[in-house]
Formats: sequence, C-alpha cells, structure tokens
Amino acid sequence: MYNKIKLTLVSLLSVILISSASFARDLVITFDDMNPGPKAAFENAIAKFQKENPDINVIANNGDREEHKAAIRNFLIADAPDVTSWYPGNRMRPFVKAGLFEDVSDVWDANNFHEDLAAIKPTMTIGGRQWGVPYSYYQWGVYYRKDIFDELGLFEPNTWVQFKYVCDKLKENGITPITIGTKYLWTAAGVFDYINLRTNGYKVHNDLTAGKIKYTDPRIKKTFEYWAELVNAGYFLENHSSMSWQDAVVPFANGEAAMYVMGNFSVDAYKNAGLSYDQIDFFPFPKITPGVPRAEEAPADAFFIPTNAKNKRDAKKWLAFVARPDVQTEWNKTIGQLPINSKAQVADDKFIKQGFETLNSAAGLAQFYDRDAVAEMAAAGMEGFQEFMMKPDRLDKILKRLDKIQAKVYK
Amino acid sequence: MFPKPIHTFPLKFQLMYKIVLPIVLIIWLLPLIAIFLTSVRSAADINTGNVFGWPSQFLLIENYSEVFRRSKAILYLKNSFLITIPTVILSVSLACLAGYALAIYRFRWALPLFFIFVAGNFIPFQILMIPVRDMSVSTGLYNTISGQVLFHAAFQTGFCTFFMRNFIKALPFELIESGRIEGVGEAKIFLFIVLPLVRPALAALAVLIFTFVWNDFFWATVLTQGESVKPITAGVRSLNGQYVNNWHLVSAASLCAAIPPVVMFFLMQKHFIAGLTLGSIKQ
Amino acid sequence: MEQTVRFNENKRNYSENKLAFAPLYFLLPAIIFFLIYVIFPIFQSVWISFYEWDGLGEAQWVGLANYVELFDDEYFYTSLKNNFIWLIMYLLAVPMGLFIALFLNQVVFGIRFYKSLFFFPFVISQVVVGLIFSWFYNPNFGLLASIFLSIGLEPIAILSDEDLVTYGIIFAGLWPQIAYCMILYLTGLSNVSKDLMEAARLDGAKGLKMLWHVVLPQLRPATFISVVVTVIGALRSFDMVAIMTEGGPYGSSNVLAYYMYETALSEYGFRLGYGSAIATVLFFIMLVYIGYFLWRLYKNEREV
Repeated sequence: MYNKIKLTLVSLLSVILISSASFARDLVITFDDMNPGPKAAFENAIAKFQKENPDINVIANNGDREEHKAAIRNFLIADAPDVTSWYPGNRMRPFVKAGLFEDVSDVWDANNFHEDLAAIKPTMTIGGRQWGVPYSYYQWGVYYRKDIFDELGLFEPNTWVQFKYVCDKLKENGITPITIGTKYLWTAAGVFDYINLRTNGYKVHNDLTAGKIKYTDPRIKKTFEYWAELVNAGYFLENHSSMSWQDAVVPFANGEAAMYVMGNFSVDAYKNAGLSYDQIDFFPFPKITPGVPRAEEAPADAFFIPTNAKNKRDAKKWLAFVARPDVQTEWNKTIGQLPINSKAQVADDKFIKQGFETLNSAAGLAQFYDRDAVAEMAAAGMEGFQEFMMKPDRLDKILKRLDKIQAKVYK
Repeated sequence: MFPKPIHTFPLKFQLMYKIVLPIVLIIWLLPLIAIFLTSVRSAADINTGNVFGWPSQFLLIENYSEVFRRSKAILYLKNSFLITIPTVILSVSLACLAGYALAIYRFRWALPLFFIFVAGNFIPFQILMIPVRDMSVSTGLYNTISGQVLFHAAFQTGFCTFFMRNFIKALPFELIESGRIEGVGEAKIFLFIVLPLVRPALAALAVLIFTFVWNDFFWATVLTQGESVKPITAGVRSLNGQYVNNWHLVSAASLCAAIPPVVMFFLMQKHFIAGLTLGSIKQ
Repeated sequence: MEQTVRFNENKRNYSENKLAFAPLYFLLPAIIFFLIYVIFPIFQSVWISFYEWDGLGEAQWVGLANYVELFDDEYFYTSLKNNFIWLIMYLLAVPMGLFIALFLNQVVFGIRFYKSLFFFPFVISQVVVGLIFSWFYNPNFGLLASIFLSIGLEPIAILSDEDLVTYGIIFAGLWPQIAYCMILYLTGLSNVSKDLMEAARLDGAKGLKMLWHVVLPQLRPATFISVVVTVIGALRSFDMVAIMTEGGPYGSSNVLAYYMYETALSEYGFRLGYGSAIATVLFFIMLVYIGYFLWRLYKNEREV
C-alpha cells in the first residue's frame, strides 16, 4: 500500500516534470513587411532567437503593411499578439494614450539602452517613459543614376540653384528628372518634409507638425513656392498619382528617370530591378536657404508589446534581443538600413556608410510627416500635397483647407 | 418573339448575325482574355513593359503553380470554402422556415415582417460596419471563420426569405389544407409536403448565395486581420500588395479566385438564372 | 389564399391554438439572427454617430456636432456629388442590358452558350473586376493606353485625372451590372406573350414601334427590378473604389460608402462617431429608394 502511494507520487511528479520540460511557451510576434529583404531579415532574426531560446515556441506572423496599419487597432484590443511592429513618435501616441502599449522602460533600464540607443530615445519616449524598442532606422535623400549623370557631365548638386540646373539638363535630354509614385500618399510628404526642412529648418518644421504654426504661414508658403518651381517646370514623373513607389522604380531602372527622393530601403528594389551599385549613388537633399542647419529625415521602425499580450515576459526578451549589437548588425545589413545601437557595426555598403555620416552630422532628426503630425492631420496634409503636385495653382485653397483641419484636429 | 426571328430574314443577314455574334462576345470578354494572357506571361515580359501584348512565352503551369507555392492562395481558398458553404446551408435553412411561415400563415405581422426582410437586403453595409465589428470583438468572434459565417448567414437571410416566401406562395394551397385535414402536424407538413416541392428553388438560392458570399470583399476586410481566416477576395488584394510588379502572378491568383463561382454557374445555369429572376419578378 | 388563423379562447382547442403559434416557431430563428446582425446594428450606428469615439478609449457625447461638421466638410460634398454621378451613369446599365438581351434573343446554334458567356462578368468578384480595369487604365502599359497610341493620341491617365476618375470607375462597374440587367431582360423577353406579338404584327407594327408599344410594357417587371438593383448598386459602390483608387486622387473619386470607411477604420482614420454619421446619411438616402420599392411591392401584394 505504501509502495503504491510512492509509485503514484513518483509517476505524478515525473509526469509534471516531463510536461513542464516539454511545455514550450508560445510567443506570438506580428510583423508587417513582406518586401523580400526585410522579410528575410525578420525570418533570420526569428530563427536565431528561437535557437537561443529553445523553451519558447515562437509564432511569427508577417502580413501586408497597409493591412497591418488598418488591423492594428482591432488586434490590440482583441486577440493581441505578444509583440507587434509599429512606428514611434506620434504614430504610437494614440495607443499609448489609450493604454494599449506596455511601458517597457524596464527593458531599457536592464539593457543599458538609455546610453546605447541615445540618439533614437526621444522618439520612443512619451511622458518620460519608453514604450517600445526600435530595431532600425534609415536615411532619406536623393538617389540618382550615376551613369546617366556621368554621361551628361552632371555633378551632385549642393544648392537649390545647382539642383534646378541638373533637373533642367536632364529634361533637355528627354529624361524625367525626378521619379515619384504618389498613389500611396506618403512619398509626396517626403518631398515636402525635405523642402520645408531646408527652407525653414528643424524647429519650424516641428512647430508645423505639432500644430503651432499654420499652413498659410508665409514661411510655409515659401516652401511650397520652391516646390512649385519643380512642379511647374515638369520635373516630376507624369501620372505619379496612379503609381506606387515600387511602380515608380521602373522608370528609374530603365533610364527614363534619373533621381528619386527616397529612403534607403529603396536600394533593395533598385537591385531587384536590375541596377548595379556602379549605376546608383546618393546625395543628401540640397540646401535651399543658406545658413539653415541641415536636419534629416530618419524614420525608425520599432517593436511594441500590447498591454493585452499573454506572454509579456518572453516578449521583453525579444525586445532586448532585437536591439543587441550583433543582432542589429546582422539585421540592418540585410535590409540595408542603419542600426540604432551605437555599439553595432555599420555595414560595409556605400549607401549605409554615407547614410551613417549624413545622419551623424545632422542638426536634427525628423520622423517623417505622417509620424510627426497627428494622424488625421497627416491624412489631410498628404492629400493636399498630392493635389498640389497635380494642380499647383490651387495652393491657396489647399493651404486654407489644411488650416481648417489643423484647427479642428489640434484643438 | 422579339426581335423578329433571324431565320425569317434573308440568308445574308443570318450569316452576318452568326459572324457578328462571336466578335461581340470577344470584345465583351476582352478584359477577361487580357487577364488570362497576362497570367500566362513570363516575368521578363512584365519587366520590359509587355503586359498586354502577345506573350513571348506561355508559362501556364509555371505561373499558376508559383502562385500556390509562393503565397497563401491555398489557405485563402480553403477559408473561402469554409465560410461560404456553411453560410449557404444556414441561411437557406433559416429562410425556408421563415419563408414558409410568411407565405402560409396569415397574421397581422406577416406583411410588415416580410418587408423588413426585403428592406434589410438592400441597406448599405456601412451602417452595420462598426456595431457588427464591435460585437464580433466583444464576443470573441472577431477574426474567426464562424464569426464571418454567422454574419453572412444573418445578412443573406433577408434576400433568401424574400425568395422562398414568393416561391412557396406560388404553391397550391390545397396540399397544405389536405395535410391539415388529415391531422398531420405543422412541422411534418413543412418537412414532407412543402420541402420536396421547393427543391428547385433551394438549388437556385444555394447557387446565388454561394456567389454573393464567395465574392464578398467588404466584410472579409472588416471582420478579419492577418492571414489565418482571410478568404480569397481579400487575399487577392493582399497579393497585389505583395507582388507589386508581378502582374502575371496576381492575374493568375485573381482568376483562381474567380473559378469556383464560375464553375457553380456553369453547372447550375438554369437554376442560377431562374433564381435571379424568380425571386424578383412575380409572374 | 391562406387560412385565417385566430387565437380562439372559447374553443380552447389545443390544435387550433397551436396553429396560431406555429408561424412563431418557424420564424423565430431567422428573426433572431436578423435582429442581432441587421436591425440592432442600424440603431447602434445611429447612436454612435452622436458620439466622438476613436475606438480605443472612451466615447464622448457630442450630440449633433458630427452632423454639423459634416455639412461643412468638402470631402462629404465631393462624395455626395460622386454618388449622384454614380446614380445617373449606372442607370445606363438598364438600356444597355436590354439592348444586349434583344441582340441575343435569337434561336441559333449555341445561343445558350453565348448567353452564359455574356453573363460571365457578373459572376466574378468586384475586386477582380476592379483589378482588371485598373490595369486596363494604366497609362504606361494598359490596354487603353495602347489603343490611344495606336490611333496616334497621347494616353490619358484616367485614374489620375480628378475629372475623369469617377467615370472610369463607373465604366468598370457597368461591366458586371449590364450582364445582370441583360439576364433579367432575357428572362422577361421569354415571357412576352406570343399572341400579343402576332396580333400586333398583323396590325403592321414592326421594329421600334413594336418595341415601344408592345414589348416594353410587358417588360415592366424586369425594368423595375433592373432599375432597383442598379440604383442600390450605385449607392452601395465600395469594392470598386477601394480597389481602383482608394478614393483618390486626393479624394476626388470618393463615395459616401468609402468615405465612411476611411474616417472610421482606415490607417489615419480614428473617428468612429463621424464615420457613423456619414453611414447614417447614406442610410437615409437609400431609405428613400427602399421605401419606394416596398411601396410598389405592397401594391403588388394588394392586387393578389
């Protein structure tokens, strides 16, 4: 009888031990980039994390970016994953305010991120606490067809006048100076941001996106006047409003267009379209108003933990993992972007190196219009930019409308 | 018969008609033909801009199998079946019951209820969007197959009830009466007398509802997130985002999405057409 | 003819009273489903339109403020205008459906095959139709562009032109809609009374006169249904706009159904209250047509 009890206890114990040993905790990570490079980088990182953590069962979901943006609001409330990709700055603000993102300042404390991720920290901070961990950021600027420039004897323009000269020469030779695809409106915002940063500087740009300056302000109008010089001269690709940014790569690749105001993620697309590194090069957006300190666009991508997540403990492990120097080096090398950890290595790629220099010497880093401005303002603003590019004579009407919306949104 | 039957016209006109017919058909189906040609095109064609011309190579098997290999098309198709078939069964059953009640019994609320079902079929989806989504979220039915089935079944009940009620009303009432006189219970009258008679209408309705639900796009986007329960209509859209410049693959996937309703249509043509018109036109 | 059923207290005959409750049992499942998923949500949506809510946090009561804002919203008027254009232009499907039905209403070898193939576009999902036509319109490689080039004209980017874009989308939508009307008319034509036709022919009527005075009146039920479904389809158009332009360029092809989705559930849209207000307006507009349809239906019922 006594033996029987012992036997039962032992078997019970062993069953418990075995089951807990083989019981892997689930970790659901949702990502949103299906472009070949980022997809591969994500999958590699997942594999590495899985190997280092055999007791965690990683379930990785990758979906279409546009859909992710629409779906996030639903899944943060119901059926939340443990980790989700999203954007910092004003884009994370509504979720932080609604209490849907977890405060992860403890992850920052535990991993010395305050020091190693110092440059990007302000973007991840609201109310003195950190709400996510970034894994990459990238420069924006002007990518151009070096071979076409060389053929026509052109040089990298440094000032506005030089820029217009280059555009003019290209147009004379039957080449569209600047390609762009504004079907998904944010590409036009990139152009606006840069012209505004160069015309008025970092502080004025931030004041605008924070709703402190009107769109009809004479300084902002000046930005549009410069932009109009390009639009009216026909320097942009025709029919851009029905093309996505990927569609607009086609003329760039086959030599019909020579410049592209884009982020560094586009280099992958150029390579896939058949261009070689000798054919493409990069220069930072030219100066416009002399004396204005050079600020750059450097949007960051990050991971967040929903407050409705089931497995926050392991989710925090993932956050610490992605910002680790070795993971950073690897990941950013694959996607051709910059690591956010100052201890990581920058890839030996001419664009990355140049990007690194450009951003390190910048007087300020903007997060991109649709992340710096409140969502509803961003939507209206970007539509306004697209409309302006197609009908520049409507500028006054557009600016007045943007003011009206700004007053409503920022009240 | 109107217009005048062609064989009363001189032979010349008859010949012209027979020649013009296929030409008009080809022009009518031109978009479809173009998509099919694109779906068998090679990637090289696309990149050089030859998207709508005559393909340089015919890669039928390759492109279609690549769609299934590279994307989640099989999952989407499976989801579409999982959503559509139960919906058809559920809404047709509910409608039979309700249509029978509204056709046979005469009570004060019969006509108003009937009108509510009819009106419900025509309302804009958008007025339902937010509450239905919220309800799905709070009942845990969000992003599930059953959530979509329940909604579609409920919504289609309007049209189905309208349809069945009209059809049952056209049946001779003597059958019901004689059943009652013989003391047969109401449920048995329904199951054994009426149901067998409405079989053609059921077939027509099933085919129609299958098409409507299979082709729905709006609710697929509102009630799902991620890939796991997405049907093919919403799936085609995310394929377009994924393969932005792979028009040949997106075409192939779109055609695959269109095949089941088309097959259904050809198999049940008579029923399909009878369904569309019978439900609406009272003879 | 139906049997009149009354709840008879005197007789207390269980089977007779059972008859009175029978319809309830048959109707209950359908009614419950319909109430939960269709009727209640309508009221809920209207209710939400009186709040300002971002779907994440607390909802704030604002009364009629959303509607006041709507009347000052230029995107709303653009959408309204586009819905109106849809309404008018979409009705072209009805005569065109009739025309094709007349064309196909012959008895030649294989005509059933032709009829089925002409009906094809209706069976395909609107999403696929939208994709097909956006490629068709593409100014760089689209078929339309090639046609323009072949006759020596510059291709127009229809979907990028704020004036032409709505017409471009409607044209795409007409393709399946014409097929639908065509089938309705084909069936109607097969039910046209042969005797009347013979009599009219003997009287010397032919061609257009025959069509107008003899055939068309008999096709009235088919015309009625075609118009109703076309009107409903025009006001409900969402799929095409969503796939082809997402309401662009800069909102010029927007329709109420899509605008509502944009403000409430899209990437930059967090205003469920405002979106509900738009949906309510759309609902009331459609209620006019639904009411008309029900009234006609009622008259039909009364005649029987």
